[in-house]
Amino acid sequence: MTRDVLTGSHFVHGDWACAEGAISAGCRFYAAYPITPATEIAERLAQRFPSLGGKFIQFEDEIGAIASVIGASFSGLKAMTATSGPGISLMLENLGLAVMTEAPLVVVNVMRGGPSTGQPTGGAQGDVMQCRWGMHGDVEIIALAPSSVQEMYDLTVEAFNLSEVYRVPVFLLSDANIGHMYEKLVIPDAEDLRIVNRRKPTVRPSDYRPYEVDESLVPPMASFGDGYRFYSTGLTHNEMGYPDTSVEAQDRLVRRLSDKIRQNSDRITRVERAMVDDCDILVVAYGITARSAATAVKLARERGLKVGLLRLVTLWPFPDNVLEDLANHVKGVVVAEMNYGQLVREVERVVRPTPVRFLPKLGENPHTPAEILEAVRRMAP
Amino acid sequence: MVKKRRITLIGSLCKGCGYCVEFCPNKVFERSEEMNDKGIKLPKIKDMDKCTLCGLCTRLCPDFALTIKEDEEDD
Amino acid sequence: MTQEMDHLLSDYLRMDRLPHIWCAGCGLGIILHSYAEALKETGMDLDKVVTVSGIGCAGRASGYVNTDAFHTTHGRALPFATGISISRPDLKTVVISGDGDLFAIGGNHLIHAARRNVDMLVICSNNFNYGMTGAQYGPTTPPNTRTPTSPYGSVENPFNLVSLVASAGATMVSRWTVFHVYQLKNAIKKGLTRKGFSFIEVISPCTTGFGRLNRQSPLDMMRLLRDKGKVRKVHPTEAAIDPFNEIILGDFVEVERPTFNDALAALEGEADE
Repeated sequence: MTRDVLTGSHFVHGDWACAEGAISAGCRFYAAYPITPATEIAERLAQRFPSLGGKFIQFEDEIGAIASVIGASFSGLKAMTATSGPGISLMLENLGLAVMTEAPLVVVNVMRGGPSTGQPTGGAQGDVMQCRWGMHGDVEIIALAPSSVQEMYDLTVEAFNLSEVYRVPVFLLSDANIGHMYEKLVIPDAEDLRIVNRRKPTVRPSDYRPYEVDESLVPPMASFGDGYRFYSTGLTHNEMGYPDTSVEAQDRLVRRLSDKIRQNSDRITRVERAMVDDCDILVVAYGITARSAATAVKLARERGLKVGLLRLVTLWPFPDNVLEDLANHVKGVVVAEMNYGQLVREVERVVRPTPVRFLPKLGENPHTPAEILEAVRRMAP
Repeated sequence: MVKKRRITLIGSLCKGCGYCVEFCPNKVFERSEEMNDKGIKLPKIKDMDKCTLCGLCTRLCPDFALTIKEDEEDD
Repeated sequence: MTQEMDHLLSDYLRMDRLPHIWCAGCGLGIILHSYAEALKETGMDLDKVVTVSGIGCAGRASGYVNTDAFHTTHGRALPFATGISISRPDLKTVVISGDGDLFAIGGNHLIHAARRNVDMLVICSNNFNYGMTGAQYGPTTPPNTRTPTSPYGSVENPFNLVSLVASAGATMVSRWTVFHVYQLKNAIKKGLTRKGFSFIEVISPCTTGFGRLNRQSPLDMMRLLRDKGKVRKVHPTEAAIDPFNEIILGDFVEVERPTFNDALAALEGEADE
């Protein structure tokens, strides 16, 4: 008998955990194009989907893959794709369509060295800004950064939930290290999982206005074939979904698409704090870097330095409020990322004028705890 | 009273392409001087008796300006 | 919507959005009419039809029909429609788009959707140019014709769309024109009620673009379709197309082959690990 939720302990790699997280969340449509280091997600779902009634298709390119994911989402299925930086680049136009038409979906980016073809098998965190700003126009998305194989599972489930609540593409920003490393994964009982589904319209089809909202700013979503005969377009549109490129419609729609995320930012963002209550130096890190940072912070405390760690689980929307609060009582911030300076710009923006020391890392290996400790020591008062 | 089906023009939709005038097999239409709100000169049926209700005009009209309606008519 | 706008096909259209945006004499309105009439004559439940389109003048068609509909990005209607078709095999997915959207930017998706024999009907309006952006040349523009990006006459070889689609694996391939309204409607009805990748190329006049730039009035263009359209029972590779001399028309291919949807369904129920 095929089980969808594989309750129990497993020793698996991050990509496998992500695939199982999708299945547990109820994902039953997956389309992708093979790309290192995300291919294993496709391979696992190709293996699992047929017996679960899921639809798997390996598309001719990433553009087709994401387009079909949006089509599946509007057909009522929870849908996902996984790729790496070059694939996200190809998908950006259609991701803009997903934002504009408010399609729930999950996009996994198992990041690798860039730019361009770069270092296909090397982990990196260089696509953090891409998912936020790569689409043309004003958009807001949600992005989560797992730090472990367990979080590859947990945060994939959470990503689906967020996409369903906010009708927005949610990015899972992993990297080659986490995607391919083996760790223990515990999958809970199905009834202990928190699964959220999109709100469906309660009105009659003749009264349905597909893009009319209440104070949540998120419209209930009918699916194709439900009898609502609704229209969606990437053109700027009114509450009926009909093209309306007037000044008023553009202003109203663009604001709402962003506001539905911004106004709910406090509810969406998730961070993990360690030893921050009395710290002089705050280390900010995410993904695999946060693991080294956690050790570095412990080592610093052993040396009598008052250091704390803010691990960002949600990268976008950026947790302005959390960081602002913390910055008020620290003397300096150290940001470590596996890139040449991306999320650190957000940190600088929020904590100004508190000094920020940036610790880049390029070339596939995460920072060592010693490297982060050294940066902290240099900054300590 | 006899119910009679006849070709009916929805003037507000006409864009004046002239396909109905040109391609009606029985040359039932002609251009008129009557205009819709957009200034388009509308076609008019010059000879209803010649119309066989084949419906070709309704299908060649790109604008859904021609349809077939049932009208009440005195005997 | 007043009583005055009561049309035989009112139930099949979004009457509140008429008049449509297309130019006077544009063939897209005729294609839309044909599609709506075909839907009516098949008696299909409109709740079970999804109309998908790409970008361009033809892409606007999805906004006028009274079904679930989606206006996607340029060239991507087919993968979008594939996602729908395999997610909801109980619905009929129909794509209406133009020659540029389906065969230039979308060409790759076209050949793969045909190759897979995904269950969908594709109605391709071929007006020999990129109308919406101002009549630039495209993959079907005949040689030596003037467009704004080929001011000295186009120097590229055009595709034969039915030949390409048939070679890629489509199981129904037809070419008609907007003048041949009955054959067009019947081909659409066939495409709506069969399973598999069904493709209809519809030759259509772009009255303010290609036509005007090449000194053809709308009536000239329609007369050309009437006079140069020749119905032949040939293989699609022999279905020549030269809008000023000869346009071979017909229902060239109709074969039954398992669809991609069938294949996926057959996989389900396979034992997992």
